[in-house]
Amino acid sequence: MLELENICFERENRKILDNINLNLDTDQFIAITGPNGSGKSTLVKIIMGIEKPDSGKIIWQGKEITSLSIHERANLGISFAFQQPVKFKGITVYDLLKIASKKEINKKQACEILSKVGLCANEYVDREVNGSLSGGELKRIEIATVAVRETTLTIFDEPEAGIDLWSFNNLIEIFESMRNMIKGTTLIISHQERILTIADQIILMKAGKIEKIGTSEEILNEHIKAAQCCKLKR
Amino acid sequence: MEENQINQLDQSLLNEISDFDQIKKGAYNIRKNGKGIERKVTENINIMTKTDKPGINIYVKENTKFEFVHIPVILTESGLNDLVYNDFYIGKNANVIIVAGCGIHNDHHQDSKHDGIHRFFLEEGAKVRYIEKHYGEGIGDGKRILNPVTEVYLKDGSSMEMQSAQIKGVDSTIRETKGVLGNNTNFVVSEKIMTNGIQMAKTIFDVELKGKNSSTHVTSRSVATDQSTQFFVSKIYGNNECFAHSECDAIIKDEAKVTATPEITANHVDANLIHEAAIGKIAGEQITKLMTLGLSEKEAEEEIINGFLR
Repeated sequence: MLELENICFERENRKILDNINLNLDTDQFIAITGPNGSGKSTLVKIIMGIEKPDSGKIIWQGKEITSLSIHERANLGISFAFQQPVKFKGITVYDLLKIASKKEINKKQACEILSKVGLCANEYVDREVNGSLSGGELKRIEIATVAVRETTLTIFDEPEAGIDLWSFNNLIEIFESMRNMIKGTTLIISHQERILTIADQIILMKAGKIEKIGTSEEILNEHIKAAQCCKLKR
Repeated sequence: MEENQINQLDQSLLNEISDFDQIKKGAYNIRKNGKGIERKVTENINIMTKTDKPGINIYVKENTKFEFVHIPVILTESGLNDLVYNDFYIGKNANVIIVAGCGIHNDHHQDSKHDGIHRFFLEEGAKVRYIEKHYGEGIGDGKRILNPVTEVYLKDGSSMEMQSAQIKGVDSTIRETKGVLGNNTNFVVSEKIMTNGIQMAKTIFDVELKGKNSSTHVTSRSVATDQSTQFFVSKIYGNNECFAHSECDAIIKDEAKVTATPEITANHVDANLIHEAAIGKIAGEQITKLMTLGLSEKEAEEEIINGFLR
C-alpha cells in the first residue's frame, strides 16, 4: 500500500532520516517506537507531505506521490493526527468535522463521532476549537477529525504526548476500541506498552534508521523489556 | 414615485445588511437615498421623525419584551452625502433587539457617503442587543464611505450587547463607539472588519466605567488584505470598582498595515482593566491542519478567515 524507498532527510548537518526503506500493508495496526530524536515524527510528516525528503521516493498504491502536496495526499486517502492539536479562532468542532468528512454530515452524526472518542457530544459540537479546551479534549477532537475521514491510512503522531495520566488512560481505551473502528491501516507513534501490545507490527527506530520491524511480542521482549531490565539492574 | 419604492436592487442590499423578511415582523424604518420610505410602529415601539435635523427618535416602552426594531439605510444614488441622527430611548426593564446597518450600491464615479449617528439611552434594567452591518457594492470608481458613531448611555442595571460587521466593499470608514456606564451595567462590543484593495478602516472605542460594578468587554477581530490599512484605538477609563477587557485580534496579509493602540486608565484602586492585542498572519499550522483534511491552501485560508470573522 505504501512504500518508502531510500528516504533521506538531513538538517544542520544531522542525518534525521538515514536511507529509510519501508513497506506498509493494508488493514494493519502499526506502531512506531524508539528513543527521542530517532526520526519518528519526521518520518510520518514525510509520509503526509508536511516535510519533503531530501532524496528518496514515496509510492502510494503503486504511484509515486513524493512531489504531491499535503492536501493531494489527504485526498488520496492519508490522514494525520497532530501531536499538538492545532487551535483556531472561530472554527467550531462541528466545522472541523464537516471539513474532514468526505460526505455531508449533520449535527447528529457529528455528535455520534464525538461520543465515540469519549466526549459528551452536545457540550462540544458547537464549541470553538480554541485554547478554552483542555489538552485531553483537543486530542479527542483531533482523533475524531481523522476517524471521520475513514481513509486507507491514518497516522497518529504520538497521541499520548502532553496529556495527564487520567486523560491518557481514557485515550488508550479509545485507541483500543478504535482499533476496529478506524478503517484501513493505522500508523501510530507511541512509547506506551498498552498501545504497542495491541499492534500487529512494531517499527523500532534509532538514530534515523529502522533498527527492527517485528511483532509486538518480538520487539517488546527483545528490546523494551531488556532495556527496562538493564535499568533495574543499575 | 419610484424612488420611494423598494425595487429588486434595494431588496438585495437590504438582505445584505439584515434579513428583508425579518424586517417587517417588528417595528421598522427604511431610509433610502436620504429619505424615509417605509415605516411601521407597534404598540410598544414608536418611531418619530426628528424636526430639528435629519433622523428619527425611537421610543421603546418600559417592560417591552423581545421585540425587534429594524432601521436599515440604503444608498443607491452616486454622489449622495447622507447624514442622519437616530436616538433610541429604551424604557425601564425593556428587552429588545435593534438591527441597523447601511448598504451602499455605487456604480458611478462620485463618492457615496453615509454618516449615521446613533445614540442609545437605556433606563434602569433595560437590555438591548444591537446588530449593525455595513456593506458596499457596485462597479463605479466612486468611493463608498461609512462613518458610524454610536453613543451608549447605560443607567443602573442596564446592559447592551453590540455586534458590528463590515466585511465587504466599504472603501473608507471611521467608526466611533462611546459608552458611559452606570452602576451594575454591562457593555459588550464585538466588531468584525475585513478590508481589501486600498480600503481604510479606523475604529475608536471610548468607554467610561463610571458606576460601581460596571463592566465592559470590547472585542475586535479583523482581517486586512492587499494594501489596505486598519487602525484600532481603544480608550477605557475605570473610574470606579469595575472590570474591563479589550481585545484586538487582527490577521494581516499581503502588504496590509494594522495599528492597534490600546489605552487603559485606572482612576480607582478597584478598577481591573485588561487589554490584549495580537496582529499576525494566519498561523502556518492552521493551514497545514486543514490541508491534511483535504483542503487546498487557498480553501484552507478562506475557511480560517470565515471562521475568524463569523
